Amino acid sequence: MRSTELLRRVGRARFPLGAPSWPTSVPRPGPGRRIGLDYDHEWSRSYPVRLARAVVVDNVTRPLAHLVAPTTLLGEEHLRHVESPVIFAANHASHVDTPLLLTALPVRFRHRTAVAAAADYFFDTTWKSVLWSFSLAAIPIERSRVNRRSADMAADLLEDGWNLVIFPEGGRSPDGWAQPFRGGAAYLARRTGRPVVPVYLHGTRHVLPKRADKGSRAPGGSGTEQRARRGPRRSPVTVAFGRPLVPDEGEDARRFSARVERAVAVLGDEVRTDWWTARRLAASGESPSPHGPEASPWRRAWALGPRPDETRGDEPAWPRQGR
Amino acid sequence: MSPRPGFVLEVDRSTPPILFWHGEGYRLERLPEGSRVVYAPEPLPSVDDPVAAVRHALLHPLGDAEPLPALLRPGMRLTICFDDISLPLPPMVAPDNRQLVIEEVLDMAAAAGVDDVRLIAALALHRRMTEEELRHALGDRVYDAFAPHGLLTQHDAEDAQDLVHLGQTELGEDVEINKRTAESDLLVYVNINLVAMDGGHKSVATGLASYRSLRHHHNPETMVHSRSFMDAPASELHSSNWRMGRLIAASGVKVFQIETTLNTNTFPPAFEFLQRREWEWSLRDRAAYLASTTALRRTPDRLKQQIFHSIKSPHALRSVQAGEVEAVHDVTTSHIWEQQGVAVAGQTDILTMGLPYICPYNVNSIMNPILVACTGLGYFFNMYRGQPLVREGGVVIMSHPTPWAFHPSHHPSYIDFFEQVLTETTDPVEMHKSFEESFATDPWYIHLYRTGHAYHGVHPFYMWYWCAHALAHLGRVIVVGGDPAAVRRLGFSPASSMDDALEMASDVVGPSPTLTHFHVPPLLLADVR
Repeated sequence: MRSTELLRRVGRARFPLGAPSWPTSVPRPGPGRRIGLDYDHEWSRSYPVRLARAVVVDNVTRPLAHLVAPTTLLGEEHLRHVESPVIFAANHASHVDTPLLLTALPVRFRHRTAVAAAADYFFDTTWKSVLWSFSLAAIPIERSRVNRRSADMAADLLEDGWNLVIFPEGGRSPDGWAQPFRGGAAYLARRTGRPVVPVYLHGTRHVLPKRADKGSRAPGGSGTEQRARRGPRRSPVTVAFGRPLVPDEGEDARRFSARVERAVAVLGDEVRTDWWTARRLAASGESPSPHGPEASPWRRAWALGPRPDETRGDEPAWPRQGR
Repeated sequence: MSPRPGFVLEVDRSTPPILFWHGEGYRLERLPEGSRVVYAPEPLPSVDDPVAAVRHALLHPLGDAEPLPALLRPGMRLTICFDDISLPLPPMVAPDNRQLVIEEVLDMAAAAGVDDVRLIAALALHRRMTEEELRHALGDRVYDAFAPHGLLTQHDAEDAQDLVHLGQTELGEDVEINKRTAESDLLVYVNINLVAMDGGHKSVATGLASYRSLRHHHNPETMVHSRSFMDAPASELHSSNWRMGRLIAASGVKVFQIETTLNTNTFPPAFEFLQRREWEWSLRDRAAYLASTTALRRTPDRLKQQIFHSIKSPHALRSVQAGEVEAVHDVTTSHIWEQQGVAVAGQTDILTMGLPYICPYNVNSIMNPILVACTGLGYFFNMYRGQPLVREGGVVIMSHPTPWAFHPSHHPSYIDFFEQVLTETTDPVEMHKSFEESFATDPWYIHLYRTGHAYHGVHPFYMWYWCAHALAHLGRVIVVGGDPAAVRRLGFSPASSMDDALEMASDVVGPSPTLTHFHVPPLLLADVR
């Protein structure tokens, strides 16, 4: 008997051989206490798990990431002399941001870096909690409000020598433009005295963009249309590291966070133009806003420009004839 | 997650089969749609530091009692009495509540310089405990300090030299109790209150009494007017004990009552599925069920009994209170209802119940047919307040193998009761009149009770009297999976399956009856409105 057939038969087996059915009148319980913020992820930083994760990251995640998203690295030299642990603060447009960033890090950071992940999204079921804890060394963070437990947990990790990846926008960009930074990374830097390395991830939204919310539908559609393909599309990306930043004397978390946000914006400008142009615009305070134009949604989308592989302008929009 | 309260499930098409105890085993039965299943509350948390809780209770007594150290002085006679092997069920993992409390009491007595201390197991007419059982209840430290010097004894309800008649209540009930306890300067009674029936004045007035005294409340008349045993204000059994208890106090016997309650964490992890709701059974639970039922089917009865009776329950101390008897018991009762109470709306035509391998009178012994009847009709039927779960004229369906088997050392008089009395009558009043006296005064049974490990000669009658209320109330009693001859001897109807039993029940309660299942473990008390 094939294993799939065996599994199907077991699945069909009646209680108690199979799983019990649930009485209709009894409400199913919500998530238990051991997921979300309560998930115990200590195990994911034990030595054997770290070793297993290193093997997976180096031999599976990294080749896959580079296959799907050929990566160009900028500013690696900024990491050469910084002492671990540090906080990596990056813009966030796609689910591939995390594996790309992790695999782009130098080895001395890569295998001792945890990722702050939304407790309500990545830790809402047991299997997801286990998966992300193992594969990314993720820790659950409350993103909808300030949470002391989340802050304490992240600070403890930094003090234990773990680097931390934080996406200060609090979630993926819904339209490709950056969202305002929240103060978590800056707060942790002030609290622990560790530097923040600004990171700009360019082009990841083309690999795997954030999909519209469930239930949304095309204008005029019935909502039953087949949805678009969900998988990633191959597209080049750039990962740019900036100069590590530390809070100035008397600089509070809010102002420091704004400085980190500006640094990420300048990195974005540098990726789109060149280092010197970006520096000059930054010095004159004329760096383009990472938040996009204050305009209608379609104009904001238009202002992002075409996909790298899209044909436009001087390229013909249909196959050439007669050649 | 905080413990969930008990609730009543209405069975629908999605409801999985429901667990029924079946003696040294269990089975899953699919109940008809629309049936109700009463589930107990989940075990409540135990106290964090049992020793500190005991000490606090002794130092902060309830009612008008003084703290225990204030009652202790050099030269006094101190007697410490404790519940016997019938509590708790199953026996709890060490340390037993009795050990925890008695060690603390003895520490205080030692500090006060009390030399004359005696420990007495309050057996009433139960069998004497073995050394192993006493050691488990009291701990080696207590046992080794008292037993070798004859200072740890077991109440003997037939030792005329060690009994004292304190008088009669206003209703003419004789009060005769253990002489040493009556003549002590202080009697400390240590209870384990498993259900609401236990404790209060019943501890001394029953546990330390003689047959002469017990017969006033252990009789069909009293039992049939105890509705139920779990609701003291509505229980004639308790009213009689309270009258006796007050007379004992008025006679100058100073009682310092210590009552302990347990949570309902009844079975160790290997058997945890027994106390879980079926639709929440995990893969591990289902594997444990299948593995254990398969193994038990191939296991000889004797070995099955040994396996189950070796189970020690992880019950944990839920509360401890000490002081004046009635004030203490009020608090104890409220704790028990908090742990075990379930509100149930209205009665049912058919009440189903799975009977386990154990009851208060067969610890480390055999559950004979009389005890099967007593467990179902005397205990489970009476686990209510307000009105019985099943309506008058309704049917009780019990699931138990009901083997025609008796423990010859523990239950000798049960064998003769089964052969001589139940063959003549199953009417509690009739047997009370015609047979009780001869069994109660039989010198051979008295000899076995006093020198061996036998229940008193009259004990099987008491077991049958416990059923008196149910027998008067019910239209029919059906036993599923029992030995047909033994079941018929009890006056009940044997059925080979639950479907057959429901078919038979419909002859009494009509077609389309309502059905309620009393789901244990854990133990529950139905508050039927």
